[in-house]
Amino acid sequence: MATTDLRPAATAGRDGRGARPAPAAGTARRIRPARIAVNLVLLVICLLFVLPLVWMVLASVSSTASFELSLPSPPTWDNFHAILNTDTTFRPLLNGLLLCGGATLLCVIVSILAAYPLSRYRSRLRRPFLYTVLFTTGLPITAVMIPVYSMFVQVDLIDSMAATMLFLTASALPIAIWLMKNFMDGVPIVLEEAARIDGANAMQCLARVVLPLMWPGVIVVTVFTFISMWGNFFVPFVLLLSPEKLPASVSVFTFLSAHDQTQYGQLAAFSLVYTLPVVMLYLLLTRKLGGGFALGGALKG
Amino acid sequence: MAGSSFLRGLPLVPSLVLLAVFLAGPILYCVYDAFTDAQLTGAAETHFVGLANFTRAFADPDFLNALWLTLVFVVGSAVVGQNTLGLSLAVLAEKATRPVRSLTNAVVIAAWVLPEIVAGYLMYAFFYQQGALNEVLGVLGLPRQNWLYTLPILAVCLANVWRGTAFSMMVYSAALAEVPRELVEAAEMDGAGVWHRLWHVTLPVIRRSIMTNLMLITLQTLSVFGLIYAMTRGGPGNKSQTLPVFMYQQAFQNSLIGYGTAIALVLLVVGALFSVVYLKLLKVEED
Repeated sequence: MATTDLRPAATAGRDGRGARPAPAAGTARRIRPARIAVNLVLLVICLLFVLPLVWMVLASVSSTASFELSLPSPPTWDNFHAILNTDTTFRPLLNGLLLCGGATLLCVIVSILAAYPLSRYRSRLRRPFLYTVLFTTGLPITAVMIPVYSMFVQVDLIDSMAATMLFLTASALPIAIWLMKNFMDGVPIVLEEAARIDGANAMQCLARVVLPLMWPGVIVVTVFTFISMWGNFFVPFVLLLSPEKLPASVSVFTFLSAHDQTQYGQLAAFSLVYTLPVVMLYLLLTRKLGGGFALGGALKG
Repeated sequence: MAGSSFLRGLPLVPSLVLLAVFLAGPILYCVYDAFTDAQLTGAAETHFVGLANFTRAFADPDFLNALWLTLVFVVGSAVVGQNTLGLSLAVLAEKATRPVRSLTNAVVIAAWVLPEIVAGYLMYAFFYQQGALNEVLGVLGLPRQNWLYTLPILAVCLANVWRGTAFSMMVYSAALAEVPRELVEAAEMDGAGVWHRLWHVTLPVIRRSIMTNLMLITLQTLSVFGLIYAMTRGGPGNKSQTLPVFMYQQAFQNSLIGYGTAIALVLLVVGALFSVVYLKLLKVEED
């Protein structure tokens, strides 16, 4: 599997882009109209992409919000005041944090452990296992939900946050193992050999040599696992029942039916509050590590 | 040494247990359940019914409708929509000025980072009769539509393009950044135009990324549920009822667990076929 150089190459390419020599003055003048056209096309696409987000922001501060796109007059914090209480917002967010945070932590630890032998040792079973993992990343998790539900009913695990957390962990594991192995392949094995000679065992090598060198990869996997779980609706929707256990992804869905149908402003405000954590995480990631582009690079093969 | 290779494999055990219990288990159970008449009420009276669920499915116009809509949804929103738009955005962004490029990335990725249900609501609002899309169309002098009523499958396709394009854009940006500059410049010297360079130089170089991306977004789109459910619940009627939505409604709203599982199995098999093709293509590329 030609994956060894993926992440470093992607990062290098990205950094390299800014350092490219500027085109000669003559060329620059000739391509200018084309460049303007490119910019215009992109700006139009941006506008179309941003309109739904603009609606969310405007509706959240409007007292008469509807699905129309209109400037609120005057802007008001009433919608936020209405939703910022334990039942509507704080508990679902906390549930989401426990559920997704726990599952992410477990997933990252377990996938690091699994990635180590897969990245470091040659074995007859290694290739079949890797292919199985890769194959599993493709299976639609949506399809597994009904059997999981039936199984959970039989062993009385429905409405259990711990069991839901374990299922979320398992469903995110294949892709996490795959990414983690790709990132780990980027750490040269030579560095471990010195530690080996000094008598370190495999786990010590992993903890002291490999992990410190691949922490950007670990963070990328952590943040993306968390973001996808935070947004996951179907799993908790099927496996959890009690209103006091529902994470925000499900409570936002029940929001409309539970409240007056016309409270679009509150819905928008809640959506905004619910979305904010993952946007912050993503921005943090982009600042430090090139964000999704590292993921895009690591996913190539 | 058997002992040492066992020790070496030890760190794999936690993943193996989790994957076996929570993924392999349900999938095997799915295979079993699909051949029974299991219902939500009265699990004790489950009978083996052979292929009945499948013959029923393939004779059920609603199932065939869902299968067809799933195909439309996957090809329309993933293969054509996300893939083409993602590639176009990545190519254009390389040629754009820096602020425009950053803006495009930020806006497109924002739609991707949004939780699924929030995206569903925003898209519902966007396509709603009094929503932003119709306002834009009105300003441009184009006819307004009640999108969610007249063309629900198009609306959910566009919604999925809005939400998923960022992924393709990121994969392609990473791939384009690695296309050797000399190669493109050499073609430019030889007088190749923009399209020529894209078609004969850039695309062949990034073909591996194209394939991987196509497989991944196809599989992701195959299992989209929350977005469609939040926007239309499969309606009006069954005009946007893809397989996941149909499966959910049969299993949980009509309490036909056996039938729902059979549909799930069809979905799994479709996903598995795509995965096999994907693995085969990767292998071919390697050799």
